[in-house]
Formats: sequence, structure tokens, C-alpha cells
Amino acid sequence: MHITDHTATELAEKIKLGEIGVTEAVKASLERIGASERAVGAFLTVEPEKALERAREVEDGIRSGRYAGPLAGVPVAVKDNICTNGTRTTCASRILENFVPFYDATAVKLLEDAGMVILGKTNMDEFAMGSTTETSAFAVTKNPWNTGHVPGGSSGGSCAAVAAGECFAALGSDTGGSIRQPSSYCGVAGIKPTYGTVSRYGLIAYASSLDQIGPIGRSVSDCAALLSVIAAHDEKDSTSVKRGDTDFMSALGDSPRGLRIGIPNEYLSDGLDPDVRDAVGRAAEWLKDAGATVDCFDLGLMEYTIPTYYVIASAEASSNLERFDGVKYGYRAAEYEGLHDMYKRSRSEGFGEEVKRRIMLGSFVLSSGYYDAYYLKALRVKALIKRAFDDAFSRFDIILGPAAPTAAPKLGTSLSDPMKMYLSDIYTVAVNLAGLPGLSVPCTVNGLGLPVGVQLIGDCFAEKKLFTAGAAIEAARAADGETRFTRPVSVCGGAEEAAHTGKECAR
Amino acid sequence: MKQYETVIGLEVHVELATRTKIFCGCRTDFGAAPNTHVCPVCTGMPGSLPVLNRKVVEFALRAGLALNCEINRYCKFDRKNYFYPDNPQNYQISQLYLPICHDGYAELDLPNGKKRVGIHEIHMEEDAGKLVHDEWTDSSLVDYNRSGVPLIEIVSEPDMRSAEEVIAYLEHLQSTMRYLGVSDCRLQEGSMRADVNLSVREAGSKTYGTRTEMKNLNSLKAIARAIEGERERQIELLEEGRPVVQETRRWDDNKESSHAMRSKEDAKDYRYFPDPDLPPIRIPDAWIEQIKADLPELKEAKAARYQSEYGLSAYDAGLLTADKALAEFFEGTIAAGAAPKKAANWLTGETLRLLKESEQEASSIRFAPESLAKLIGLAERGVVNNRSAKEVFAAMFAENADPEAYVEAHGLKVENDAGLLAETAKRVLDANPKAVAEYREGKEKVLGFLVGQIMREMHGKADPAQANEALRNLLSKQ
Repeated sequence: MHITDHTATELAEKIKLGEIGVTEAVKASLERIGASERAVGAFLTVEPEKALERAREVEDGIRSGRYAGPLAGVPVAVKDNICTNGTRTTCASRILENFVPFYDATAVKLLEDAGMVILGKTNMDEFAMGSTTETSAFAVTKNPWNTGHVPGGSSGGSCAAVAAGECFAALGSDTGGSIRQPSSYCGVAGIKPTYGTVSRYGLIAYASSLDQIGPIGRSVSDCAALLSVIAAHDEKDSTSVKRGDTDFMSALGDSPRGLRIGIPNEYLSDGLDPDVRDAVGRAAEWLKDAGATVDCFDLGLMEYTIPTYYVIASAEASSNLERFDGVKYGYRAAEYEGLHDMYKRSRSEGFGEEVKRRIMLGSFVLSSGYYDAYYLKALRVKALIKRAFDDAFSRFDIILGPAAPTAAPKLGTSLSDPMKMYLSDIYTVAVNLAGLPGLSVPCTVNGLGLPVGVQLIGDCFAEKKLFTAGAAIEAARAADGETRFTRPVSVCGGAEEAAHTGKECAR
Repeated sequence: MKQYETVIGLEVHVELATRTKIFCGCRTDFGAAPNTHVCPVCTGMPGSLPVLNRKVVEFALRAGLALNCEINRYCKFDRKNYFYPDNPQNYQISQLYLPICHDGYAELDLPNGKKRVGIHEIHMEEDAGKLVHDEWTDSSLVDYNRSGVPLIEIVSEPDMRSAEEVIAYLEHLQSTMRYLGVSDCRLQEGSMRADVNLSVREAGSKTYGTRTEMKNLNSLKAIARAIEGERERQIELLEEGRPVVQETRRWDDNKESSHAMRSKEDAKDYRYFPDPDLPPIRIPDAWIEQIKADLPELKEAKAARYQSEYGLSAYDAGLLTADKALAEFFEGTIAAGAAPKKAANWLTGETLRLLKESEQEASSIRFAPESLAKLIGLAERGVVNNRSAKEVFAAMFAENADPEAYVEAHGLKVENDAGLLAETAKRVLDANPKAVAEYREGKEKVLGFLVGQIMREMHGKADPAQANEALRNLLSKQ
């Protein structure tokens, strides 16, 4: 078994036992990056020397007992909208192309404190605005399962890197599905935690009231382990919450027996892709077999979630992105006349189309005369959506549904129709609006050899239930013959072969 | 010409004297080297987040309660979006929808009686950085030391009618904020900034005229001049049948005139919305009660107490309490054993005179209240006479001299040698036969002249009362 075939928790265990060295693991990851990056393009920045130097330090730290956590020594990747001290952090935007923070995001600091080794920064949709990672100003990331397809987004680089075996786990961020949807597309596990669980300090804001950093891993247990590392109250983030239940791995062995699972009828409407419907049905069967109850119900308000989300997220984004003005850091137009022209040109040249579209949309809904009609109304609908979920969670422990309406679309087919792209967020955005945790778990592989995941949604602070159910799905899937959802292109070859070499899971 | 009434409302920014900034831990000290009191938060670095300084809320509550305001027990911060390089995030965190305090009033003591000026609201916000324009290199530089320094904005109702009322209101705010210890309120240094909203209307009219907002007012005198100037400008327009335009104007105190900065039509759309990085603030009743209970004695209460407790005149009590530092000095002097009236005399007389001469404030008095009490003791015990006491005081004021040591070193002790005094008195009488004659004719006033002559002979070290006594003795014998 190759080193990079291990899950993060397996690797950490072997490092602890001295069977694999940290340097050895980092080298293996770097080699894999070297072999697959040309085809996948998951990273914007890789820092081999820094990682190897850090590996030696961690090796000593593990020996001395300084690093004793569940993931000590494990190489990870970090999405490029999360600040890393001394390492370029670009948000995949020209406007931050040369930006090097002099501070770490709290989540990054926690990774370091846990003895993890950061390999580099991953590609994403510019400022996390997009669903395919195609709005990145710098690179196109491809789906490791089939490089003719997108990895999803906006955390497409992180999910692709994990899926390709280039790292053992990664940090992503999720404002409207940006961890869960690409996790589904790339056949990896990813969770958006309850709002406030992971500090947002150092996460370059897209929509502050919706943004959450979360872990992406090859297995549900990797997600649980990584979340237990980064979940902590932080005085630097006023929206951070204090919670004492962050020993998420304790939930992995629990039985799903008696868990009440609800599937919203709206989630299984006629338009749903048959592969996705099949995946949800299969997950429901597995959970039922494991002793959970599954019922369908009406969640309601589905048709309002997309507009509500885009009004609120764009409004906050229009303000959050004002600081990128060419004055203090980042891109400044080469030629300009006076202050306002400098602002105009720097921002016009520095931001991509999708970012500009959302800034304009957000500025519009906040402008005087429209504020009440759009922004305030959206806030009220947001409260109603939360109430609908509250009702649902009085009857169910977990809501089961798709993470995305389809498997990964082909490269180059999504950006031409923004409305269609926005509508594809239908299963994920409500979770952010209500501040809930949502876990994406790999479930099946479709006829094109592309993975399809399902989403488990919990009430606030109910991550443990999600991990219990997610682990049960994973176990049932394994029992059906598939153990791992990794398709490193360097091993599988090109896109055509992937469909053949991929073992059909769950069949 | 018709009779016009001036209607004035004020927006006053007060910089709070917290040790650290409103949303980060950087220090607020004035005058540090540029960009030395900065961090990712107050320079708007990507990914940084604001965390509210509890002290700012406490100070705002103190100010609001002292100005008789209602408190919003649930209040929020909003973002005010506008692009300018001194504003690193390009939005200012302020309060629009739910400010911390509202509906209060300031009670002013005016020559013709008391007057209430309504406080519309008080809200908390962050200050911006400072732009420095370098003419030499034709570039602009930003200093973010001031970025994130906490402010409260006190918005009055349009209740003032003259420059005098505006000055009285501002002095009331200054004294109140200083007594509360929430700000030093210095107009020149910018820790207090006032924008004047002014309109005129025909006397007796019930509706307001169109108002203008005047900015860049750096002293009380400038404010008074600007009000007069703007009042005249608006009346002139109306007399000529031209409309007053709603606009923001900038006062130039050197030219004693103003010019338009922007009109209402160019008013920016600030796209205010609740800041998602800062959860709403819930202010428990217990906290409000605690702050109320801890409010210090303010100027008006203190002045009343000085009259009733120490028998001071209303005028002296007013002078002593006008500046919190002076009132504290007064109380310190009494605590050190001085008689209140004597202490009051020294402080309202010599002290204020010398302070004014040297353009200083009471907070910069160099000597301690104990020193003044000592000096008062020396004079009371007759160790020094009044003239010497003034000399000692001047030395205390200038170089913090110790009164006893100074008296010793300069030989200012009153001569208590009765023989010497009698001798001198005799010599003075002999030398001034004309004065003696006048005295005998009943002109008692010349005695003062003769006492002065003794003082001169004795280099000021005689006790005037004793000299007087010695002269009378000799004159009655002759």
C-alpha cells in the first residue's frame, strides 16, 4: 500500500507508531503532487522546502510529545482564501495576486498547533464565488475522477487535491455549499460545521454571516478528526461560539439505531438527476438497514432559498470586498488619474466577472430605496427558513438529501448561464442561511465514472449525529465492495479510463 | 428688514479616552510615530475581524446617562460604506438603526435662565486614519494610528438659537465628558469635533428653513464666527429672494468665510446595513444601574455644593467647577487643610490669571494642592505677607517651588522684630512731615501711604497690620 493511499487518521496512527516518518509522508505527498498536478491543477501555491523543514520540526515535536493530537504529522492543504503567515494568499483573484499575509488564520494556527504540515494553497472560485472553480483568475482545476469535468466549487482545489491523493486532508470554506458540493463531485467527505464552530479570523470574507471553514477528507472519520482540531472558540471572532462537544471522533462508533431521518419531498422533485436520486435512495436504505427510521416530509420555502441567499451573500460581499482598492495591498492599476480613477481601474482590472456581478447585485440591494424591499425582506425570509428547519428538527435528527442536483458537469459548460449555476445551489444554501451543519458523504459512482455524494443536515451543534450517520453510510458502502473514493489520475490514467478502472461501489 | 430667528442643531464627535481602540487591542495614544499603533484589524487587512471593546460601550453609557438619555438595551453596529483612503475597509463601523442612546437633554445655565437642549441620539463608531498630503512629492500618505479610535457622536435636536447657546452647549458637553472621564474633548486636537447645522426663519414661523451643515470648526471662537457668518449669509440670500441650498459647507477661519463642499444631490448613498461581524449588543439593566450608581458628581451639582457647603459665591463656584481638574485641585487643597474660601481665592484669582497668561489649562498646574495649602498656612500664620505670598505663588506656578523652602531661601519671612519696626516707623514719620500733618487733619487714608513706606524700608518683609499698629502708636504719642 502506497503511503498516499492511507486516510489521514491511518497515517497519523502509523506516524505515532513510528512506521512512517513525517518527512516520508510529506515527500510522498509532494511526489504525488509532482505527478498529478499537471492533470489536476488543484494547487495555486506549493511550498516543498517549507513543508519539508516543517516535517522535521514536527517529527521532533511528536517525539518530544509536543504534538500528540489525532492528526500530528499529517500533510494538509489549505484553501487560498485562508490566510497563511508568509505564504501568498490570493483568493484566486488578480486583485490579491501578490498578497502575503503577516498573520495566520486561527484555523491555520490550530492546524500547526496540532502538528499538521501545510503543503500549499489550493485553487478556488475567485473569492469563493462560483460552483466550479472555473472563476479562478489563475488556473483551471479538473476533477481527478474525470479530467474533462469540473471538481465543483468553490473549494474545488481542496476537494480535488484530497481526491487525487495529493494531500491527506484539506481546509475548505463553505458559504453556500462550497465544501459540500465539490466534495460530492470529487468523491470525498466534507462538512460545513454549525456557524460559529470554526473561527473565521483570517478567512477572507465573502459573506460574513454565512461563511464557515470546514474540513475535507477521504473519510468521514478524517473529517471528524480534522474538525476536532480546528473547532475552538476564538476571541478574535465575535461570532465564534463556545461549545464543549468538539470531541467529534467519539461519535464515529455510535450506532445509528433509532436516528430519525427525514427526506424533504421537495428534494426529490421531478427535475432531480436519476443518479442523484439513486444515491439518496441508496443512502436511505443503508441507514434504514443500520436501524434508523426514514420518512419523507414537506420542508417548505424551497423556492425562496436561492433568491434569499443571493441577496444576503451579495450584499455582504459588496461591502466585504470594498477593502480591495489598490491603496494598501494587492493589485493597483498601472495607470490612473487621481484617486477615484485609481479605485475604478484597480477594481475593474483586479476583479473577475462573477465577482463584479455579485458586487453590483449586492450594492443594488443595499442602496437607499431598495434596502427594505430586498435586503430586509431577505433577512426576514432567512428567519422563516430557520424556523422551517427548527420545525423539521423537532421531528427528525437528520435531514437527508442531495448535495448537488447532478454529478460534476463538464468543464466550460457552467459559466455561460449564471442563473442556472445559481440554481444548482438549491440543496446547500439553506443550510448556510440557517447556520446548520451539513456533511457531504460519498455514496455512489454514476455511469460516467463520476462520484455522487449525499448530504446529511443536522440541527445546530448536531455534528456528532451527522458523523454517526455518515460513518454508517461509509461502512455500508464498504460492505458493498468499495472502500475508498480516490481516483488519482496519475494512477488511473486519463478521463476515459477512469470510468473503467473505477470499481462500481454499492452495486 | 424682517426679523429672523436662527435655528441650530449640532453633531458633535467625541473621541473616547479608552486605552485601546474600539475593535482591536491597539493603543489610542495621540502623537505616536505614524503607523506604529496598528494591526491587521485597524488597517483593514483581509480576513481580520472586529471585536468590540467593552469599555467603549461603558463610556457611551456613561455619556448617555449623564445626558439624561434613554438606553437601547438591544443595539447594533452598522456598516457605512464609502471609499476613502483614510478608511481602510472602505466602510466605517457605526450605528444607524439602533444607536446606544436616544432622547436625552442637556440643561444649560444661560445668563437669562436655564434652557434644555434635546439630545436626539448618541451612537458609537470608529474614527478614520489621517491623510497627509505631501506637496513636495505630490503624493498622499496615510497614518492609521487614529483608525479605530472610538468615537461617540452626540446629535442634538435643533434647539439652539444663537452662537452663545451653542458655546454654552459645547462647554456643557466638554465639562460633562471630562467629569465623566470619557474624553478630554479638545477641539484643537480633534478629540472633540462639532458640525453645525443651521437654518434661519422669519421670527414667529413654525416651520424650519433649509439648513446647511458647517464643517472644519476647530475652536469655540471659530464656531461662534461661523455661526454669525452663516446666519448673515442665509439672511442675505433670503432678503434677495434667493433660496438657501441644502449643502455641506467648509468654514475657513482665516478668511472668516465658508464655501460649499457638496450639495444634497451629491450626497452619497452609504448603503448602511447591520455589520454581520458583530453580534447585537444586549445591555443588561444591572449594568446600566451600576454605571448610574458610579456616575461622578457633575459640574452643576458640584457648584451647588460649593455654595452651600463652603459658602462660596455662585460666580466662584462656577469658575472652580468649569474645569474638572481645577475642581479636583480645589478639593485636594481643602483636603490638605486649607480654608475653602482662601483656597477658592487663590485658584480663581492668581491661578486662573497665570493659567490664562501662559495659555494653559488646570490639568497642567505643576504644583500640588498640598503646596497651595502650605502657602495658605504660611500667610494665615503671618509668616509671609500677601505680597510675598504672591511671589512665592509665582515661583510655585513657574517651577513647582516648595513654599517653605522658597520663603527660607529668599528671606521672605515677615520681620517680627518689634524694635526694628518701631524704629523704621519713626524714621518714616520723620521723613514725611507733610503726611503726618494731613493725618492729624483727619485724613486717615495717608496711613496706607505710610505703611507702604515702611514696607519699602523693610524690603517688603513687614507685616502690614503690625506696621499700621506701630504707626498709630507713634502718632498717638506725638
